Amino acid sequence: MGIKLLKPQTRSTIITYAIVIGAFLAVTVLDGVGLISNSLSGQLVPICAYVSLAVSLNLVVGVSGELSLGHAGFMSVGAFTGVVVAGCLARMGVENELLLFAGSAIVGAGAAGIIGFLVGIPVMRLRGDYLAIVTLAFGEIIKNLLNILYVGVDDAGLHFSMTDSASLGMTKGTILINGPKGAVGIDKISTFVLGILLVLITVAVVLNLMHSRDGRAIMAVRDNRIAAESVGINTTKYRLMAFTVASALAGAAGVLYAMNYSTIVPSQFDFNQSILILVYVVLGGMGNISGSIISAAFLTVLPEVLRPINNYRMLLYAIVLILVMVVPHTKIYQRIAEAVRSRFSKDGGAASQSAPAETGGEAHE
Amino acid sequence: MEALTNLINGMSLGSVYAIIALGYTMVYGIAKMLNFAHGDVIMVGAYICFCSVSYLGLPALAGVALSVVGCTLLGIIVERLAYKPLRNAPSLNVLITAIGVSYFLQNAALIIMGSDPKSFSSIISLPALNLFDGKLTISATAVLTIFACVVIMVALTMFTGKTKMGKAMRACSEDRDAAQLMGINVNSTISMVFAIGSGLAAIAGVLMCLAYPTLMPTTGSMPGIKAFTAAVLGGIGSIPGAALGGVLLGIIEIFARAYISTQLADAVVFGVLIVILLIRPAGLLGKPVNEKV
Repeated sequence: MGIKLLKPQTRSTIITYAIVIGAFLAVTVLDGVGLISNSLSGQLVPICAYVSLAVSLNLVVGVSGELSLGHAGFMSVGAFTGVVVAGCLARMGVENELLLFAGSAIVGAGAAGIIGFLVGIPVMRLRGDYLAIVTLAFGEIIKNLLNILYVGVDDAGLHFSMTDSASLGMTKGTILINGPKGAVGIDKISTFVLGILLVLITVAVVLNLMHSRDGRAIMAVRDNRIAAESVGINTTKYRLMAFTVASALAGAAGVLYAMNYSTIVPSQFDFNQSILILVYVVLGGMGNISGSIISAAFLTVLPEVLRPINNYRMLLYAIVLILVMVVPHTKIYQRIAEAVRSRFSKDGGAASQSAPAETGGEAHE
Repeated sequence: MEALTNLINGMSLGSVYAIIALGYTMVYGIAKMLNFAHGDVIMVGAYICFCSVSYLGLPALAGVALSVVGCTLLGIIVERLAYKPLRNAPSLNVLITAIGVSYFLQNAALIIMGSDPKSFSSIISLPALNLFDGKLTISATAVLTIFACVVIMVALTMFTGKTKMGKAMRACSEDRDAAQLMGINVNSTISMVFAIGSGLAAIAGVLMCLAYPTLMPTTGSMPGIKAFTAAVLGGIGSIPGAALGGVLLGIIEIFARAYISTQLADAVVFGVLIVILLIRPAGLLGKPVNEKV
């Protein structure tokens, strides 16, 4: 019962880390016993990438309260930058996979962060649905620009072109990014352990930011912009901070995602991808980090589990999505929930005393 | 002459966007929700028209009428089942539900109709018109589309301005609670808006497939996004704004495709949107709302 003595904030932080580490241990043990199917073990790295993406998007949507529909754009900036960096490092003779991955992830995150900052400056002038449509627009623009980007590397260094691969002017180089065909011949160096590490780093960054002075300022702006402004908080600065950090984290997740496949194409990172990540965040609960982790993992696995009913699985996915959103608002559900709640409070009078503190903790998180 | 042809094509594409954007903007105005499933209603409308002409052997106009009826019903049913329970829920929950509906419609179409593209030109094809001794070629589709858009705009403006139902719609979008106190049935008004929007989407679907005759389960999603962009560009919630935004967007897209780059056309369209929103944050015809404490 020691955990109940802790502050609600500390408790939820511990629970969040415990979920990630527990999941990692469980998967490792199950894998050792041979209970993880092939299709599922292929999903482990994407799950980690989507968990990181969901947690980082939660920083924008949940913590900062801005609807962003272009998260996949920052993911793709990270992914393609990472591929280029890995290609250069490999050419320079770096063979250590950990070093390769760390180098591409850091540069990828940096590039996505810079793009996020630049995009954020105009975006943060807008509010609400107008902000949402502009993030969507930037996401589509990034996708379009990547579609005509050609990058190659040879002994002379990097070559860029916006027309075709022939105009790169290389004789004995490798093409790293080939326009609409995307990045080809990627070293598949992402592993589940690296994925879990990235998730832990993402969670640590987001939670520390949330619990810092800056994080409280970000949440104050979300809860009441005018009140926050009147106590001297620079609203644009804090919204931009959340947006930039989230973009950088999305970039790192993009690197993880890209390094799991031998080929990635720009059209993968479209509006639907952004929406997919947003669904994880809303389903997990706005501003709730452990919720994002669980819902991202669950919803990435769900289509795999439904694979036996191949044709109908996305249909079922859609129905699950609608029901999860609609059912809690139906009268029948509310009546049942009310009945269950009153039953529990009748059973133990002592238990109800600690209940307010618990609900207080959840509301805070 | 080439520029004139492009202008007419742009206006025609823009008219399709405008008709779709009307649905977005009316629903947003009254229900304050972004109906992401709207683009997929277009696709359903086009499929209904396609099926009734090619499988049932109906004449083209009957097919269009059937698809309007079908989509109107679809709009009402979707609103009742998926959106009505969420009337007082946070707007993001409604958004996710709309995305769920969008996935549902796309995948239902995939299962029923298959993933292979259907060629729309096999059922309805209109001749091209030659003007000025063949110097200027306009497709009859373009003329029809622009004409349909104008008729719809005039009809809709009169409907919202003059009729009792139209006034109720405006009242609901102004202040839903006050409208209810004045004895307006808010629920049926919202249903009506969804019905009109979805019916218009069916018309847009048929018109779009006349110009771009490949029909797939994902046909509606990109025009849906573009029309949403158009609605925001014009000022979301404003009916003339949707028309203006749609036509502008169509013209910009066609000109960008012709004179800048085919691959970058979408980027140019979205770039223009961003610039306009930075100059006028509430869209071209939108009213800026100042928050008060």
